[in-house]
Amino acid sequence: MAVERRRGAAVTADRAPSSVGLAVGAGSRATRIWVRVALLLGVLVSLFPFYWLVVMASVTTQDILSYPPRLVPGAQLLHNMGEVIERVDFFASLFNTLVVAVTGTVLVLFFDSLAAFAFAKYEFPAKKFLFGALMATYMIPAQLSLVPQFVTMAEFGWAGSLKALIIPGAANAFGIFWMRQYAQNSLPDELLDAGRIDGAGFFRLYWQVAMPLFRPALAFLGIFTFIGIWNDYIWPLVVMVNPDRLTLQVALANLNVVYNTDYAVVMAGALMSVVPLIVVFLIGARHFLRDLAAGATKM
Amino acid sequence: MVFSLYLSFQDWDGVGDMRFVGLQQYKWLLEDSVFWHSILNTFQIWFLSTVPMLFLALVIAFLLHSQTRFSTVYRVAYFIPNVTSMVAMTIVFGSVFAQAGLANSMLRAIGVEDGVGWLSSSLGIKSAISLMIIWRWVGYNALIFLAGLQAIPTELFEAARVDGANSRQTLFRVVVPQLRPVILFAVITSTINGLQIFTESQVLFYSDDPGTTGGPGQEGMTIVLYLWQKSFNDLQFGYGAAMGWLLFALIALFAIINWRLVSGSERADGRGIALRKGARNGR
Repeated sequence: MAVERRRGAAVTADRAPSSVGLAVGAGSRATRIWVRVALLLGVLVSLFPFYWLVVMASVTTQDILSYPPRLVPGAQLLHNMGEVIERVDFFASLFNTLVVAVTGTVLVLFFDSLAAFAFAKYEFPAKKFLFGALMATYMIPAQLSLVPQFVTMAEFGWAGSLKALIIPGAANAFGIFWMRQYAQNSLPDELLDAGRIDGAGFFRLYWQVAMPLFRPALAFLGIFTFIGIWNDYIWPLVVMVNPDRLTLQVALANLNVVYNTDYAVVMAGALMSVVPLIVVFLIGARHFLRDLAAGATKM
Repeated sequence: MVFSLYLSFQDWDGVGDMRFVGLQQYKWLLEDSVFWHSILNTFQIWFLSTVPMLFLALVIAFLLHSQTRFSTVYRVAYFIPNVTSMVAMTIVFGSVFAQAGLANSMLRAIGVEDGVGWLSSSLGIKSAISLMIIWRWVGYNALIFLAGLQAIPTELFEAARVDGANSRQTLFRVVVPQLRPVILFAVITSTINGLQIFTESQVLFYSDDPGTTGGPGQEGMTIVLYLWQKSFNDLQFGYGAAMGWLLFALIALFAIINWRLVSGSERADGRGIALRKGARNGR
Protein backbone atom coordinates (compact mmCIF):
# COMPACT_ATOMS: atom_id res chain seq x y z
CA MET A 1 0.00 0.00 0.00
CA ALA A 2 2.55 2.51 1.15
CA VAL A 3 4.84 1.72 -1.75
CA GLU A 4 2.03 2.06 -4.22
CA ARG A 5 1.04 5.38 -2.79
CA ARG A 6 4.50 6.78 -3.03
CA ARG A 7 4.73 5.68 -6.61
CA GLY A 8 1.43 7.38 -7.37
CA ALA A 9 2.61 10.58 -5.81
CA ALA A 10 5.85 10.49 -7.74
CA VAL A 11 4.04 10.15 -11.03
CA THR A 12 1.83 13.13 -10.36
CA ALA A 13 4.67 15.22 -9.11
CA ASP A 14 6.67 14.62 -12.22
CA ARG A 15 3.85 15.21 -14.60
CA ALA A 16 2.26 18.17 -12.98
CA PRO A 17 4.75 20.93 -13.75
CA SER A 18 4.92 20.31 -17.49
CA SER A 19 1.26 19.57 -18.16
CA VAL A 20 -0.37 22.08 -15.91
CA GLY A 21 2.14 24.73 -16.53
CA LEU A 22 0.77 24.70 -20.02
CA ALA A 23 -2.83 24.07 -19.21
CA VAL A 24 -3.44 26.69 -16.59
CA GLY A 25 -0.81 29.23 -17.45
CA ALA A 26 2.72 29.81 -16.31
CA GLY A 27 3.66 27.96 -13.14
CA SER A 28 4.80 31.14 -11.45
CA ARG A 29 4.73 31.66 -7.72
CA ALA A 30 1.75 33.99 -7.88
CA THR A 31 -0.24 31.49 -9.93
CA ARG A 32 0.51 28.74 -7.46
CA ILE A 33 -0.74 30.86 -4.59
CA TRP A 34 -3.94 31.68 -6.44
CA VAL A 35 -4.48 28.02 -7.22
CA ARG A 36 -4.11 27.21 -3.56
CA VAL A 37 -6.49 29.97 -2.51
CA ALA A 38 -9.10 28.77 -5.00
CA LEU A 39 -8.77 25.17 -3.84
CA LEU A 40 -9.09 26.13 -0.20
CA LEU A 41 -12.16 28.17 -1.01
CA GLY A 42 -13.64 25.09 -2.67
CA VAL A 43 -12.84 22.99 0.39
CA LEU A 44 -14.59 25.58 2.56
CA VAL A 45 -17.73 25.48 0.45
CA SER A 46 -17.60 21.69 0.46
CA LEU A 47 -17.29 21.39 4.20
CA PHE A 48 -19.31 24.39 5.34
CA PRO A 49 -22.70 22.63 5.43
CA PHE A 50 -21.22 20.12 7.88
CA TYR A 51 -19.91 22.88 10.09
CA TRP A 52 -23.26 24.60 9.87
CA LEU A 53 -24.94 21.35 10.83
CA VAL A 54 -22.76 21.15 13.94
CA VAL A 55 -23.58 24.77 14.79
CA MET A 56 -27.32 24.23 14.44
CA ALA A 57 -27.23 20.96 16.34
CA SER A 58 -25.49 22.57 19.30
CA VAL A 59 -27.66 25.64 19.91
CA THR A 60 -31.31 26.22 20.72
CA THR A 61 -34.00 26.58 18.11
CA GLN A 62 -34.37 30.24 19.08
CA ASP A 63 -30.70 30.81 18.26
CA ILE A 64 -31.17 29.23 14.86
CA LEU A 65 -34.08 31.53 14.04
CA SER A 66 -32.43 34.70 15.29
CA TYR A 67 -30.91 37.42 13.16
CA PRO A 68 -28.03 37.88 12.63
CA PRO A 69 -27.40 34.14 12.57
CA ARG A 70 -25.17 32.61 15.17
CA LEU A 71 -22.03 31.27 13.55
CA VAL A 72 -20.28 29.46 16.39
CA PRO A 73 -21.32 26.19 18.04
CA GLY A 74 -23.17 26.39 21.34
CA ALA A 75 -23.40 24.15 24.38
CA GLN A 76 -26.72 22.45 23.66
CA LEU A 77 -25.42 19.53 21.65
CA LEU A 78 -25.83 16.83 24.30
CA HIS A 79 -29.24 18.11 25.28
CA ASN A 80 -30.42 18.10 21.66
CA MET A 81 -29.01 14.63 21.09
CA GLY A 82 -30.86 13.42 24.17
CA GLU A 83 -34.09 14.79 22.73
CA VAL A 84 -33.49 12.91 19.48
CA ILE A 85 -32.91 9.66 21.33
CA GLU A 86 -36.14 10.21 23.22
CA ARG A 87 -38.38 11.21 20.34
CA VAL A 88 -37.48 8.76 17.63
CA ASP A 89 -36.13 5.48 18.81
CA PHE A 90 -32.69 6.48 17.58
CA PHE A 91 -30.75 3.42 18.70
CA ALA A 92 -33.33 1.04 17.27
CA SER A 93 -33.15 2.66 13.85
CA LEU A 94 -29.36 2.90 14.07
CA PHE A 95 -29.32 -0.81 14.87
CA ASN A 96 -31.68 -1.61 11.98
CA THR A 97 -29.57 0.42 9.59
CA LEU A 98 -26.38 -1.25 10.78
CA VAL A 99 -27.87 -4.73 10.42
CA VAL A 100 -29.12 -3.98 6.93
CA ALA A 101 -25.93 -2.28 5.78
CA VAL A 102 -23.57 -4.91 7.20
CA THR A 103 -25.43 -8.03 6.08
CA GLY A 104 -26.33 -6.38 2.78
CA THR A 105 -22.67 -5.56 2.13
CA VAL A 106 -21.46 -9.04 3.09
CA LEU A 107 -24.03 -10.65 0.79
CA VAL A 108 -23.17 -8.33 -2.08
CA LEU A 109 -19.47 -9.07 -1.69
CA PHE A 110 -20.11 -12.79 -1.60
CA PHE A 111 -22.59 -13.12 -4.46
CA ASP A 112 -20.99 -10.55 -6.73
CA SER A 113 -17.53 -12.02 -6.41
CA LEU A 114 -18.85 -15.55 -6.82
CA ALA A 115 -20.73 -14.63 -9.98
CA ALA A 116 -17.80 -12.57 -11.24
CA PHE A 117 -15.43 -15.48 -10.63
CA ALA A 118 -17.65 -17.76 -12.71
CA PHE A 119 -18.08 -15.17 -15.47
CA ALA A 120 -14.36 -14.45 -15.65
CA LYS A 121 -12.92 -17.93 -15.45
CA TYR A 122 -15.50 -20.50 -16.53
CA GLU A 123 -17.31 -21.37 -19.72
CA PHE A 124 -20.95 -22.27 -19.47
CA PRO A 125 -23.97 -22.25 -21.78
CA ALA A 126 -25.45 -18.86 -22.62
CA LYS A 127 -22.66 -17.07 -20.73
CA LYS A 128 -22.54 -14.10 -23.10
CA PHE A 129 -26.30 -13.76 -23.09
CA LEU A 130 -26.51 -13.92 -19.30
CA PHE A 131 -23.80 -11.32 -18.89
CA GLY A 132 -25.47 -9.07 -21.42
CA ALA A 133 -28.79 -9.41 -19.65
CA LEU A 134 -27.10 -8.58 -16.36
CA MET A 135 -25.51 -5.44 -17.80
CA ALA A 136 -28.87 -4.41 -19.25
CA THR A 137 -30.34 -4.35 -15.75
CA TYR A 138 -27.64 -1.81 -14.87
CA MET A 139 -29.29 0.66 -17.25
CA ILE A 140 -32.74 0.28 -15.75
CA PRO A 141 -33.71 2.93 -13.24
CA ALA A 142 -34.37 1.58 -9.76
CA GLN A 143 -37.73 3.36 -9.78
CA LEU A 144 -39.02 1.11 -12.51
CA SER A 145 -38.92 -1.84 -10.16
CA LEU A 146 -40.17 0.15 -7.18
CA VAL A 147 -43.82 -0.85 -7.55
CA PRO A 148 -43.38 -4.51 -8.62
CA GLN A 149 -40.69 -5.06 -6.00
CA PHE A 150 -42.96 -3.67 -3.34
CA VAL A 151 -45.82 -5.89 -4.49
CA THR A 152 -43.49 -8.92 -4.48
CA MET A 153 -42.34 -8.14 -0.96
CA ALA A 154 -45.94 -7.73 0.15
CA GLU A 155 -46.84 -11.10 -1.41
CA PHE A 156 -43.97 -12.76 0.46
CA GLY A 157 -45.21 -11.12 3.62
CA TRP A 158 -41.84 -9.39 3.99
CA ALA A 159 -43.02 -5.80 3.75
CA GLY A 160 -42.02 -4.07 6.95
CA SER A 161 -39.31 -6.57 7.87
CA LEU A 162 -35.59 -6.09 7.45
CA LYS A 163 -35.52 -8.96 4.94
CA ALA A 164 -37.26 -6.68 2.45
CA LEU A 165 -34.33 -4.29 2.72
CA ILE A 166 -31.58 -6.87 2.56
CA ILE A 167 -32.60 -9.58 0.09
CA PRO A 168 -33.55 -7.57 -3.05
CA GLY A 169 -30.17 -5.83 -2.99
CA ALA A 170 -28.08 -8.92 -2.26
CA ALA A 171 -26.40 -8.90 -5.67
CA ASN A 172 -26.03 -6.19 -8.25
CA ALA A 173 -24.84 -5.71 -11.79
CA PHE A 174 -22.28 -3.03 -10.97
CA GLY A 175 -20.50 -5.24 -8.44
CA ILE A 176 -20.40 -8.23 -10.74
CA PHE A 177 -19.05 -6.11 -13.57
CA TRP A 178 -16.44 -4.52 -11.31
CA MET A 179 -15.29 -7.83 -9.83
CA ARG A 180 -15.22 -9.54 -13.20
CA GLN A 181 -12.91 -6.86 -14.61
CA TYR A 182 -10.69 -7.30 -11.62
CA ALA A 183 -10.73 -11.10 -11.84
CA GLN A 184 -9.78 -11.02 -15.50
CA ASN A 185 -6.81 -8.77 -14.88
CA SER A 186 -5.41 -10.05 -11.66
CA LEU A 187 -6.28 -13.70 -11.23
CA PRO A 188 -3.84 -15.79 -13.31
CA ASP A 189 -5.19 -19.00 -14.84
CA GLU A 190 -2.02 -20.79 -13.75
CA LEU A 191 -2.95 -20.30 -10.15
CA LEU A 192 -6.33 -21.91 -10.72
CA ASP A 193 -4.72 -24.76 -12.65
CA ALA A 194 -2.34 -25.36 -9.78
CA GLY A 195 -5.31 -25.49 -7.44
CA ARG A 196 -7.07 -27.94 -9.72
CA ILE A 197 -4.05 -30.23 -9.74
CA ASP A 198 -4.21 -30.18 -5.97
CA GLY A 199 -7.80 -31.39 -6.30
CA ALA A 200 -9.76 -28.26 -5.48
CA GLY A 201 -13.28 -27.92 -6.87
CA PHE A 202 -15.09 -24.77 -8.02
CA PHE A 203 -16.08 -23.50 -4.65
CA ARG A 204 -12.74 -24.20 -3.05
CA LEU A 205 -10.91 -22.44 -5.89
CA TYR A 206 -13.23 -19.48 -5.39
CA TRP A 207 -12.88 -19.32 -1.66
CA GLN A 208 -9.21 -20.18 -1.15
CA VAL A 209 -7.52 -19.05 -4.35
CA ALA A 210 -9.58 -16.22 -5.80
CA MET A 211 -10.96 -14.56 -2.68
CA PRO A 212 -7.62 -13.56 -1.12
CA LEU A 213 -6.56 -11.96 -4.40
CA PHE A 214 -9.86 -10.11 -4.72
CA ARG A 215 -9.29 -8.26 -1.49
CA PRO A 216 -8.41 -4.78 -2.87
CA ALA A 217 -11.39 -4.79 -5.24
CA LEU A 218 -13.65 -6.07 -2.48
CA ALA A 219 -12.57 -3.21 -0.24
CA PHE A 220 -13.82 -0.63 -2.72
CA LEU A 221 -17.01 -2.51 -3.51
CA GLY A 222 -17.62 -2.99 0.21
CA ILE A 223 -17.36 0.68 1.17
CA PHE A 224 -19.30 1.71 -1.90
CA THR A 225 -22.11 -0.73 -1.13
CA PHE A 226 -22.17 0.08 2.57
CA ILE A 227 -22.53 3.81 1.91
CA GLY A 228 -25.17 3.15 -0.72
CA ILE A 229 -27.31 1.00 1.56
CA TRP A 230 -26.87 3.35 4.51
CA ASN A 231 -28.05 6.30 2.46
CA ASP A 232 -30.86 4.61 0.59
CA TYR A 233 -34.06 6.46 1.25
CA ILE A 234 -36.80 5.73 -1.26
CA TRP A 235 -36.87 1.93 -0.90
CA PRO A 236 -36.97 1.83 2.94
CA LEU A 237 -39.51 4.64 2.84
CA VAL A 238 -41.75 2.53 0.64
CA VAL A 239 -41.29 -0.91 2.09
CA MET A 240 -40.89 -0.30 5.83
CA VAL A 241 -44.59 -0.12 6.54
CA ASN A 242 -43.97 -1.07 10.16
CA PRO A 243 -43.20 2.11 12.14
CA ASP A 244 -41.09 0.23 14.71
CA ARG A 245 -38.63 -0.89 12.11
CA LEU A 246 -37.42 2.24 10.43
CA THR A 247 -33.99 2.86 9.07
CA LEU A 248 -32.09 5.94 10.13
CA GLN A 249 -32.91 7.88 6.97
CA VAL A 250 -36.64 7.32 7.26
CA ALA A 251 -36.61 7.98 11.01
CA LEU A 252 -34.76 11.22 10.37
CA ALA A 253 -37.22 12.29 7.69
CA ASN A 254 -40.07 11.55 10.10
CA LEU A 255 -38.35 13.55 12.81
CA ASN A 256 -38.15 16.42 10.35
CA VAL A 257 -41.83 16.17 9.48
CA VAL A 258 -43.16 15.80 13.00
CA TYR A 259 -40.81 18.11 14.93
CA ASN A 260 -39.92 20.61 12.27
CA THR A 261 -40.51 23.50 14.63
CA ASP A 262 -37.74 22.11 16.79
CA TYR A 263 -34.95 22.80 14.33
CA ALA A 264 -32.14 22.20 16.78
CA VAL A 265 -33.34 18.69 17.62
CA VAL A 266 -33.84 17.79 13.96
CA MET A 267 -30.32 19.03 13.24
CA ALA A 268 -28.90 16.95 16.08
CA GLY A 269 -30.61 13.93 14.54
CA ALA A 270 -29.17 14.76 11.13
CA LEU A 271 -25.72 15.10 12.64
CA MET A 272 -26.03 11.75 14.41
CA SER A 273 -27.02 10.05 11.17
CA VAL A 274 -24.14 11.54 9.21
CA VAL A 275 -21.23 10.94 11.58
CA PRO A 276 -20.99 7.11 11.38
CA LEU A 277 -20.89 7.27 7.62
CA ILE A 278 -18.18 9.90 7.49
CA VAL A 279 -16.10 7.70 9.80
CA VAL A 280 -16.52 4.70 7.50
CA PHE A 281 -15.64 6.83 4.49
CA LEU A 282 -12.55 8.35 6.08
CA ILE A 283 -11.26 4.91 7.06
CA GLY A 284 -11.48 3.67 3.50
CA ALA A 285 -11.08 6.98 1.70
CA ARG A 286 -7.73 6.38 0.07
CA HIS A 287 -8.72 3.07 -1.48
CA PHE A 288 -12.07 4.38 -2.37
CA LEU A 289 -11.00 7.50 -4.22
CA ARG A 290 -8.28 5.75 -6.17
CA ASP A 291 -10.53 2.92 -7.30
CA LEU A 292 -13.36 5.26 -8.14
CA ALA A 293 -11.10 7.20 -10.48
CA ALA A 294 -9.72 4.01 -11.99
CA GLY A 295 -13.23 2.70 -12.64
CA ALA A 296 -14.26 5.83 -14.49
CA THR A 297 -11.26 6.25 -16.75
CA LYS A 298 -11.17 2.62 -17.80
CA MET A 299 -14.76 2.70 -18.90
CA MET B 1 -39.72 -6.28 -14.99
CA VAL B 2 -42.35 -8.29 -16.76
CA PHE B 3 -44.62 -7.91 -13.79
CA SER B 4 -44.21 -4.15 -13.91
CA LEU B 5 -45.12 -4.14 -17.61
CA TYR B 6 -48.19 -6.27 -16.78
CA LEU B 7 -49.10 -3.96 -13.92
CA SER B 8 -48.92 -0.94 -16.15
CA PHE B 9 -51.90 -2.30 -18.11
CA GLN B 10 -53.95 -2.77 -14.97
CA ASP B 11 -55.94 -0.62 -12.65
CA TRP B 12 -55.07 -1.82 -9.16
CA ASP B 13 -54.99 -0.39 -5.67
CA GLY B 14 -52.91 -3.20 -4.24
CA VAL B 15 -55.75 -4.83 -2.34
CA GLY B 16 -58.78 -5.51 -4.55
CA ASP B 17 -58.92 -7.21 -7.91
CA MET B 18 -56.94 -5.97 -10.83
CA ARG B 19 -58.90 -4.54 -13.69
CA PHE B 20 -57.42 -4.76 -17.16
CA VAL B 21 -57.39 -1.34 -18.76
CA GLY B 22 -54.95 -1.89 -21.61
CA LEU B 23 -53.09 1.21 -22.66
CA GLN B 24 -55.46 3.45 -20.69
CA GLN B 25 -52.84 4.14 -18.00
CA TYR B 26 -50.49 5.52 -20.63
CA LYS B 27 -53.26 7.53 -22.18
CA TRP B 28 -54.19 9.03 -18.81
CA LEU B 29 -50.55 9.69 -18.14
CA LEU B 30 -50.10 11.60 -21.36
CA GLU B 31 -53.17 13.69 -20.52
CA ASP B 32 -52.02 14.32 -16.95
CA SER B 33 -50.85 17.90 -16.65
CA VAL B 34 -49.05 17.20 -13.36
CA PHE B 35 -47.00 14.53 -15.08
CA TRP B 36 -45.93 16.94 -17.82
CA HIS B 37 -45.21 19.54 -15.19
CA SER B 38 -43.00 17.06 -13.34
CA ILE B 39 -41.09 16.28 -16.53
CA LEU B 40 -40.55 19.96 -17.21
CA ASN B 41 -39.41 20.55 -13.61
CA THR B 42 -37.04 17.61 -13.74
CA PHE B 43 -35.43 18.88 -16.93
CA GLN B 44 -35.13 22.42 -15.62
CA ILE B 45 -33.47 21.21 -12.44
CA TRP B 46 -31.25 18.89 -14.43
CA PHE B 47 -30.12 21.74 -16.68
CA LEU B 48 -29.65 24.22 -13.84
CA SER B 49 -27.49 21.76 -11.97
CA THR B 50 -25.54 19.87 -14.62
CA VAL B 51 -24.13 22.74 -16.67
CA PRO B 52 -22.54 24.70 -13.79
CA MET B 53 -21.59 21.50 -12.02
CA LEU B 54 -19.56 20.07 -14.88
CA PHE B 55 -17.93 23.43 -15.55
CA LEU B 56 -16.93 23.82 -11.91
CA ALA B 57 -15.75 20.22 -11.77
CA LEU B 58 -13.49 20.82 -14.74
CA VAL B 59 -12.01 23.91 -13.10
CA ILE B 60 -11.44 22.09 -9.81
CA ALA B 61 -9.86 19.17 -11.65
CA PHE B 62 -7.37 21.52 -13.32
CA LEU B 63 -6.54 23.21 -10.05
CA LEU B 64 -6.11 19.87 -8.29
CA HIS B 65 -3.95 18.63 -11.11
CA SER B 66 -1.53 21.49 -10.67
CA GLN B 67 -1.41 21.07 -6.92
CA THR B 68 0.60 18.19 -5.59
CA ARG B 69 0.80 19.07 -1.91
CA PHE B 70 -1.96 17.67 0.30
CA SER B 71 -3.60 16.12 -2.72
CA THR B 72 -5.22 13.34 -0.69
CA VAL B 73 -6.62 15.83 1.81
CA TYR B 74 -8.17 17.87 -1.01
CA ARG B 75 -9.67 14.82 -2.63
CA VAL B 76 -11.23 13.63 0.59
CA ALA B 77 -12.60 17.10 1.34
CA TYR B 78 -14.11 17.48 -2.11
CA PHE B 79 -15.60 14.01 -2.07
CA ILE B 80 -17.23 14.05 1.36
CA PRO B 81 -20.46 15.77 0.20
CA ASN B 82 -21.07 12.84 -2.11
CA VAL B 83 -21.05 10.16 0.56
CA THR B 84 -23.24 11.80 3.15
CA SER B 85 -26.89 11.11 3.62
CA MET B 86 -29.10 13.11 1.33
CA VAL B 87 -31.91 13.23 3.86
CA ALA B 88 -29.71 14.85 6.50
CA MET B 89 -28.14 17.30 4.12
CA THR B 90 -31.48 18.21 2.57
CA ILE B 91 -32.67 19.11 6.05
CA VAL B 92 -29.58 21.29 6.51
CA PHE B 93 -30.05 22.99 3.16
CA GLY B 94 -33.74 23.35 3.86
CA SER B 95 -32.92 25.51 6.86
CA VAL B 96 -30.23 27.43 4.97
CA PHE B 97 -32.76 28.28 2.25
CA ALA B 98 -35.64 29.06 4.63
CA GLN B 99 -37.12 32.56 4.42
CA ALA B 100 -35.14 33.64 7.50
CA GLY B 101 -32.34 31.18 6.83
CA LEU B 102 -28.64 31.64 6.35
CA ALA B 103 -28.80 32.23 2.59
CA ASN B 104 -31.20 35.14 2.93
CA SER B 105 -29.33 36.46 5.98
CA MET B 106 -26.22 36.64 3.88
CA LEU B 107 -28.12 38.38 1.11
CA ARG B 108 -29.45 40.83 3.66
CA ALA B 109 -25.93 41.50 4.89
CA ILE B 110 -24.90 42.54 1.40
CA GLY B 111 -27.96 44.70 0.94
CA VAL B 112 -30.57 42.48 -0.71
CA GLU B 113 -33.24 43.21 1.87
CA ASP B 114 -36.05 41.01 0.62
CA GLY B 115 -33.92 37.94 0.03
CA VAL B 116 -34.92 35.23 -2.39
CA GLY B 117 -37.98 33.00 -2.13
CA TRP B 118 -35.82 29.91 -2.21
CA LEU B 119 -38.62 27.61 -1.17
CA SER B 120 -41.58 29.57 -2.45
CA SER B 121 -40.91 30.79 -5.98
CA SER B 122 -40.54 28.62 -9.04
CA LEU B 123 -37.00 29.67 -9.89
CA GLY B 124 -36.03 29.70 -6.21
CA ILE B 125 -37.14 26.13 -5.66
CA LYS B 126 -35.33 24.90 -8.73
CA SER B 127 -32.18 26.83 -7.87
CA ALA B 128 -32.20 25.56 -4.30
CA ILE B 129 -32.52 21.94 -5.44
CA SER B 130 -29.89 22.49 -8.13
CA LEU B 131 -27.47 24.00 -5.62
CA MET B 132 -27.85 20.92 -3.44
CA ILE B 133 -27.14 18.68 -6.41
CA ILE B 134 -24.14 20.75 -7.44
CA TRP B 135 -22.73 20.70 -3.92
CA ARG B 136 -23.18 16.95 -3.76
CA TRP B 137 -21.78 15.96 -7.15
CA VAL B 138 -19.20 18.55 -8.11
CA GLY B 139 -16.37 16.88 -6.18
CA TYR B 140 -17.26 13.47 -7.56
CA ASN B 141 -17.05 14.75 -11.12
CA ALA B 142 -13.90 16.73 -10.40
CA LEU B 143 -12.16 13.55 -9.25
CA ILE B 144 -13.35 11.69 -12.34
CA PHE B 145 -12.00 14.51 -14.54
CA LEU B 146 -8.77 14.56 -12.55
CA ALA B 147 -8.24 10.86 -13.20
CA GLY B 148 -8.76 11.54 -16.89
CA LEU B 149 -6.28 14.43 -16.80
CA GLN B 150 -3.62 12.33 -15.16
CA ALA B 151 -4.01 9.70 -17.83
CA ILE B 152 -3.04 12.16 -20.61
CA PRO B 153 0.53 11.39 -21.73
CA THR B 154 3.05 14.15 -21.02
CA GLU B 155 4.35 13.91 -24.59
CA LEU B 156 1.16 15.50 -25.90
CA PHE B 157 1.86 18.62 -23.88
CA GLU B 158 5.47 18.66 -24.99
CA ALA B 159 4.38 18.39 -28.61
CA ALA B 160 1.90 21.22 -28.19
CA ARG B 161 4.60 23.40 -26.66
CA VAL B 162 7.04 22.65 -29.45
CA ASP B 163 4.33 23.64 -31.93
CA GLY B 164 3.98 26.93 -30.10
CA ALA B 165 0.53 26.47 -28.66
CA ASN B 166 -0.55 28.90 -25.97
CA SER B 167 -2.30 27.67 -22.86
CA ARG B 168 -5.75 28.35 -24.25
CA GLN B 169 -5.03 26.35 -27.36
CA THR B 170 -3.52 23.58 -25.28
CA LEU B 171 -6.62 23.46 -23.14
CA PHE B 172 -9.14 23.27 -25.97
CA ARG B 173 -7.16 21.35 -28.58
CA VAL B 174 -5.24 18.91 -26.41
CA VAL B 175 -6.84 18.53 -23.00
CA VAL B 176 -10.52 18.66 -23.82
CA PRO B 177 -10.39 16.22 -26.76
CA GLN B 178 -8.36 13.81 -24.64
CA LEU B 179 -10.90 14.10 -21.87
CA ARG B 180 -13.82 13.51 -24.18
CA PRO B 181 -14.66 9.98 -23.01
CA VAL B 182 -14.47 11.05 -19.37
CA ILE B 183 -16.63 14.12 -20.01
CA LEU B 184 -19.19 11.93 -21.74
CA PHE B 185 -19.16 9.54 -18.80
CA ALA B 186 -19.87 12.47 -16.51
CA VAL B 187 -22.64 13.78 -18.77
CA ILE B 188 -24.30 10.37 -18.94
CA THR B 189 -24.15 9.73 -15.20
CA SER B 190 -25.42 13.19 -14.37
CA THR B 191 -28.28 12.79 -16.82
CA ILE B 192 -29.29 9.47 -15.33
CA ASN B 193 -29.02 10.85 -11.81
CA GLY B 194 -30.76 14.05 -12.82
CA LEU B 195 -33.79 12.20 -14.16
CA GLN B 196 -34.12 10.39 -10.84
CA ILE B 197 -34.19 13.32 -8.42
CA PHE B 198 -36.41 12.44 -5.51
CA THR B 199 -35.07 12.85 -1.98
CA GLU B 200 -34.40 16.59 -2.18
CA SER B 201 -37.95 17.49 -3.18
CA GLN B 202 -39.56 14.86 -1.01
CA VAL B 203 -37.79 15.91 2.18
CA LEU B 204 -38.00 19.65 1.48
CA PHE B 205 -41.70 19.69 0.73
CA TYR B 206 -43.21 16.72 2.50
CA SER B 207 -46.92 17.07 2.85
CA ASP B 208 -49.91 14.78 3.30
CA ASP B 209 -51.89 16.85 0.88
CA PRO B 210 -51.30 15.41 -2.60
CA GLY B 211 -52.09 18.80 -4.15
CA THR B 212 -49.01 20.37 -2.59
CA THR B 213 -46.43 17.60 -2.95
CA GLY B 214 -43.40 19.17 -4.52
CA GLY B 215 -43.88 22.51 -2.80
CA PRO B 216 -45.72 25.69 -3.73
CA GLY B 217 -47.23 25.39 -7.18
CA GLN B 218 -45.71 21.89 -7.33
CA GLU B 219 -42.62 23.55 -8.76
CA GLY B 220 -40.42 20.97 -7.09
CA MET B 221 -42.46 18.00 -8.32
CA THR B 222 -40.13 15.62 -10.11
CA ILE B 223 -40.92 12.53 -12.14
CA VAL B 224 -39.88 10.10 -9.44
CA LEU B 225 -41.62 12.07 -6.72
CA TYR B 226 -44.84 11.90 -8.72
CA LEU B 227 -44.33 8.20 -9.32
CA TRP B 228 -43.89 7.65 -5.60
CA GLN B 229 -46.87 9.78 -4.71
CA LYS B 230 -49.23 8.09 -7.16
CA SER B 231 -48.09 4.58 -6.28
CA PHE B 232 -47.72 4.73 -2.53
CA ASN B 233 -49.88 7.62 -1.39
CA ASP B 234 -52.74 7.24 -3.83
CA LEU B 235 -52.18 3.48 -4.26
CA GLN B 236 -52.48 3.61 -8.03
CA PHE B 237 -49.93 0.90 -8.67
CA GLY B 238 -50.73 0.50 -12.35
CA TYR B 239 -50.30 4.22 -12.91
CA GLY B 240 -46.99 4.19 -11.06
CA ALA B 241 -45.76 1.25 -13.10
CA ALA B 242 -46.68 3.01 -16.33
CA MET B 243 -44.76 6.05 -15.14
CA GLY B 244 -41.77 3.85 -14.37
CA TRP B 245 -41.80 2.64 -17.95
CA LEU B 246 -41.97 6.14 -19.37
CA LEU B 247 -39.04 7.11 -17.14
CA PHE B 248 -37.14 4.11 -18.44
CA ALA B 249 -37.94 5.14 -22.00
CA LEU B 250 -36.61 8.64 -21.30
CA ILE B 251 -33.38 7.30 -19.82
CA ALA B 252 -32.93 4.84 -22.67
CA LEU B 253 -33.52 7.66 -25.15
CA PHE B 254 -30.78 9.73 -23.51
CA ALA B 255 -28.43 6.77 -23.40
CA ILE B 256 -28.92 6.28 -27.13
CA ILE B 257 -28.40 9.97 -27.90
CA ASN B 258 -25.24 10.00 -25.83
CA TRP B 259 -24.00 6.84 -27.46
CA ARG B 260 -24.66 8.33 -30.91
CA LEU B 261 -22.72 11.41 -29.92
CA VAL B 262 -19.71 9.34 -28.91
CA SER B 263 -19.62 7.11 -31.95
CA GLY B 264 -20.55 10.03 -34.20
CA SER B 265 -17.78 12.28 -33.00
CA GLU B 266 -15.29 9.44 -33.17
CA ARG B 267 -16.00 9.05 -36.84
CA ALA B 268 -15.71 12.78 -37.50
CA ASP B 269 -12.31 14.41 -37.21
CA GLY B 270 -10.68 15.04 -33.86
CA ARG B 271 -12.79 18.09 -33.13
CA GLY B 272 -16.16 16.49 -32.76
CA ILE B 273 -19.20 17.33 -30.76
CA ALA B 274 -17.56 16.70 -27.42
CA LEU B 275 -14.89 19.28 -28.16
CA ARG B 276 -17.45 21.91 -28.96
CA LYS B 277 -19.36 20.96 -25.86
CA GLY B 278 -16.18 21.14 -23.81
CA ALA B 279 -15.26 24.47 -25.34
CA ARG B 280 -18.63 25.86 -24.45
CA ASN B 281 -18.18 24.67 -20.91
CA GLY B 282 -14.74 26.19 -20.83
CA ARG B 283 -15.95 29.71 -21.50
